Amino acid sequence: MGPIDPARVQKELDARLGRDVYLHLETTTGSYTALGPEKRTPVIAFVRNASIRYERGLVTGEGPYRVGLKLDSGWVYAQGLTDYTVTERDELLLAGHDEEGNLRVGLQLSLQPFRE
Amino acid sequence: MSIQPPPPERIDHLVEGMTMLDPSAERGIVVSLPHPDDESFSSAGTMALASDAGVPVTYLCGTFGDMGRRMGSPFFANRESMRDVRERELADACTILGARYELLGMRDRMVEFEDPHEVATRIRAVLERLDPSTVITFYPGHAVHPDHDAMGLATHLAVAALPDPKPRLLAVAVGDREQLRAALGPQHVAVDIRTVRQRKLGALRAHRSQTEMMFQRWESERDDDEQMRAYREENLTVERFYRLNGVAIPLPR
Repeated sequence: MGPIDPARVQKELDARLGRDVYLHLETTTGSYTALGPEKRTPVIAFVRNASIRYERGLVTGEGPYRVGLKLDSGWVYAQGLTDYTVTERDELLLAGHDEEGNLRVGLQLSLQPFRE
Repeated sequence: MSIQPPPPERIDHLVEGMTMLDPSAERGIVVSLPHPDDESFSSAGTMALASDAGVPVTYLCGTFGDMGRRMGSPFFANRESMRDVRERELADACTILGARYELLGMRDRMVEFEDPHEVATRIRAVLERLDPSTVITFYPGHAVHPDHDAMGLATHLAVAALPDPKPRLLAVAVGDREQLRAALGPQHVAVDIRTVRQRKLGALRAHRSQTEMMFQRWESERDDDEQMRAYREENLTVERFYRLNGVAIPLPR
């Protein structure tokens, strides 16, 4: 993964426009925040391999970036995205990392299901 | 370096009232926990002492740990590469500890949503095949991470379903030390791991994606505090467990 290049990410979003794609969307504080000095409640959510189709999809912002996908009957949204890659399996992975390299948010699209 | 001091000469104060366990005298040990690296944090010293004496040691690992947020520091893994990254790290750690590993292949974070009896049946099959004298798991309800609690519960069910004589079932509790002491009292069993301290550190380092940042902090003493330092020194000196055989563990709702 490397820093998001908005033009390249936009091209990848366009390439998947109007097609049945599998979505992985997540955000996480990690499970151990309750043990940290601030004793924060862990907040974690993910959806893996939901099937969607978007008619409009944009990457916006100056970095960290936002991505919004307009579906036939709804939306997909992620904010705080910093890095991206396209895997050998042609999966588009977008992630937001904190300054220590921990993943905080992820939005991923693939024409084939993600593993499991 | 802050993590390389020699182990303390005396450990009495760390193991007061506990039975000392000699892992080299076991017939076999199975460690049953949900994530690659749980074995190294909780039991690496015990595993190394056993395997050095020729005792077969197996790590039964519930998930691939592929939903973690730690990606290395600086990050080198991503959500989709993480499964393979962590299995390689696990293989390296187990090589250092002289253990073999088996994976149950559950989805990270989702163990508590599986049927505990089904998971227990799978664990039981492994225990029947390997016939260990000691099984190590997490203390259900006292292990912080929901996967830890769920794997502990399923392992407890699995051991309870074995015919007598059952293996000794030892449990690792995680969390605030004072709260754990108030809820559970002191641990029952302790292993002196001073002679294999460097092996435990090596196994922890092998889980690079998860522990790199921790080691950076230890070594720079950035974000380090007295309580963490004491905790770390204790866990590189002794490994302490609760005995879970015969303890009633409520099933979740």
